Amino acid sequence: MARSITMQVARYRPDREAEPTMQSYDVPLRKDWAILDGLNHIKDELDGTLSYRWSCRMGICGSCGMTVNGEPKLTCATFLTDYAPGPVRVEPLRNFPVVRDLVVDIGDFMAKLSVVQPWIIRKDEETPDGEYLQTPAELEDYKQFSMCINCMLCYSACPIYGLNEHFLGPAAIALAQRYNLDSRDQGSADRMDALSASTGVWDCTYVGECSTACPKNVDPAGAIQRYKLTAATETLKSFLMPRGGR
Amino acid sequence: MSDTTATSHVGNQPRPYRRRVPILWWVRRRSYLLFVAREVSSVFVAWFVVFLLLLVRAVLSGEDAYRRFLDWTANPFVLALNVVALLFVLLHAVTWFNLAPQAMVVKVRGRRLPPVLIAAAHFGAWAVVSAVVAWIVLG
Ligand code: SF4
Ligand code: FES
Repeated sequence: MARSITMQVARYRPDREAEPTMQSYDVPLRKDWAILDGLNHIKDELDGTLSYRWSCRMGICGSCGMTVNGEPKLTCATFLTDYAPGPVRVEPLRNFPVVRDLVVDIGDFMAKLSVVQPWIIRKDEETPDGEYLQTPAELEDYKQFSMCINCMLCYSACPIYGLNEHFLGPAAIALAQRYNLDSRDQGSADRMDALSASTGVWDCTYVGECSTACPKNVDPAGAIQRYKLTAATETLKSFLMPRGGR
Repeated sequence: MSDTTATSHVGNQPRPYRRRVPILWWVRRRSYLLFVAREVSSVFVAWFVVFLLLLVRAVLSGEDAYRRFLDWTANPFVLALNVVALLFVLLHAVTWFNLAPQAMVVKVRGRRLPPVLIAAAHFGAWAVVSAVVAWIVLG
């Protein structure tokens, strides 16, 4: 096996260039090295000016998402050897403004997260003495959606979001469902306006790439289709029973 | 991120780069292509609705009009259009039914029904309805 691999890395220095350019680096090709290790090698040994985000190195923090050979990937969970003999292209996540090199502006996603109120909402005034109890079956109802690590690979894979940045997007909707389907939560009516707005689930035309890209098997596309059915049923209900409470 | 000499950007604010979506973005991947094909299929679904209305009108306007309608549908151009439309409508229907298990979570005695079963139920119902329609029309 070759001893090194060429990494073509997107560089964007807003003070120096008008648009990103590619820069090549040769890094050691080691069996246990992920793309992120290659980037760390560049940063430590070859070119300290390279900027990118990472933290946990174990697929948990969700900060190392980048475009590797055109696909959205967690760079700490994607191995260099899978791209041998190379070269392997590393670019910032698509569909987000690039701040510098491989760092994108995640402000839009952060704002959308809070729109869906991803926390347990209770209508009762008093907090109980103990915990709110839940059976394993009830946990199972939303567990898959709770695995999201906010890595935004799904937004990067979604052409609808690429064309229309107002779309609430896969992870935010999956997270809304994570709480809607939680037996302890009573806030689904509060989340409904954002979810069933035209920029909510109805913007999705089921490309399905978000679920393909998701490293945690959250299946945001499934969450969206499920909510479409819920939203349609709710609308029908409020049409048939205008006075019935939500 | 910037030192004091790097002030070429406006008002010292960073200038994020926005990549434009290429016009042909949808030919890049099979799934994108399929998605655009499904979007386009709605035009053909609409065409079949129009076709059906024309047929009904012809039937209502008597024997002659109906014959003229049949002659018109035998025209190679109309025939080709209908074949293409049928393919798109089939694509539309198949992708629609494949999506059903994603949208519906059916529980029987606390257990989630396997998605394949839900899809199969939809395809089954489709087949039955088609058979009944075919029996009425051809029978
Ligand atoms: S849904 Fe999946 S791809 Fe999207 S942010 Fe969450 S973990 Fe990442
Ligand atoms: S560095 Fe945390 S997910 Fe990759």
